Amino acid sequence: MRQGWTIVLALAVLGVAAVEAADEVGRVKIVRGSVTVQRAGAEVAATVGMPLQQGDVIVTGRDGSAGVTFNDDSLLSVGPDSVLAIDHFVFDSTTHAGRFETSLRRGTLSAVSGKLAKQSPDAMKVRTPSIILGVRGTEFVVRAGPVVP
Amino acid sequence: MGRALAILALIAAAGCARSPLVQAPAPPARDELVVLLPGPDGSTGALSVTHEGHQQTLDAPYAAARVARQGQLEDAGRLAPEQIRRSFEQALAAQPLRPATFLLYFLENSDEFTPESKLEIPKIFAEIAAHPSPQIVVVGHTDRVGTVPYNDALSLRRAERVQAQLVQLGIPAAQIQAAGRGERAPLVPTEDEVAEPRNRRVEITVR
Repeated sequence: MRQGWTIVLALAVLGVAAVEAADEVGRVKIVRGSVTVQRAGAEVAATVGMPLQQGDVIVTGRDGSAGVTFNDDSLLSVGPDSVLAIDHFVFDSTTHAGRFETSLRRGTLSAVSGKLAKQSPDAMKVRTPSIILGVRGTEFVVRAGPVVP
Repeated sequence: MGRALAILALIAAAGCARSPLVQAPAPPARDELVVLLPGPDGSTGALSVTHEGHQQTLDAPYAAARVARQGQLEDAGRLAPEQIRRSFEQALAAQPLRPATFLLYFLENSDEFTPESKLEIPKIFAEIAAHPSPQIVVVGHTDRVGTVPYNDALSLRRAERVQAQLVQLGIPAAQIQAAGRGERAPLVPTEDEVAEPRNRRVEITVR
């Protein structure tokens, strides 16, 4: 009986791992200083190679910066003291249709748009606390307060 | 009795907090800035910037929009490139390496790459070595002979064949994904049902 439960548990763990791999929307490529990822109420240190999911929030400390490559070849990187939420990411690799929405709640962001923005001018949006950016392509930077003295 | 007094005191305190004599804290000052940058080839895309119903389009290199203390969207003109490099230094420095794409062609009716395409293979390996946690995406394409669903399936098969070849060449299978774009993205645009060998290709992106 105990052995039976162990197998069920192992299968459950494997199942979760498989789902996570399938849910990968982008991958952490660069980590400098303190960088964490908030996911479902937990917070883990970001590492190079870490798969990211829709809903993840990237947080950098005073000495932190991080770069992520998304599945549609978009590149997003954040500087120190930044908070970036991946609100939505859906990408069809056959049609290139989908939706990519992020929110820069604080800090600095550098972006190079990828296949989603190229396919449809409405697919990619970046929000700050008071602005909505519609991304027609391709490279830009964004800063979201507080006021720099 | 004591409890009643305490409640009265609480109500009084709440009343004070709401009195007009106590100033509400000022809304947090905003400083939001958006700057469009030119790409590596000098070309510039465009951004639409929307704030409280106002919209502005940025479509020139280093064109900028800002929401500052006043809380309104302002045209910030065109900023100096050095100023932007300084203000966004660490975010720009953390930008991942750009994805690189290679085109491979097959010999007619064969699984074998053309001699030119074979020369691309070492370049693909060099690119993979340059990327942290590399991901390789193999995308198959067809010409416009056949239906869209048929070509979707055919292009995916082509991609999976190359994926298997790359694994044989020593690239870990877990790093490679295959996708088919069918006839949607021809290199050489043609009418439907036209055979065009240059469109029967496989693209490999390393990111």
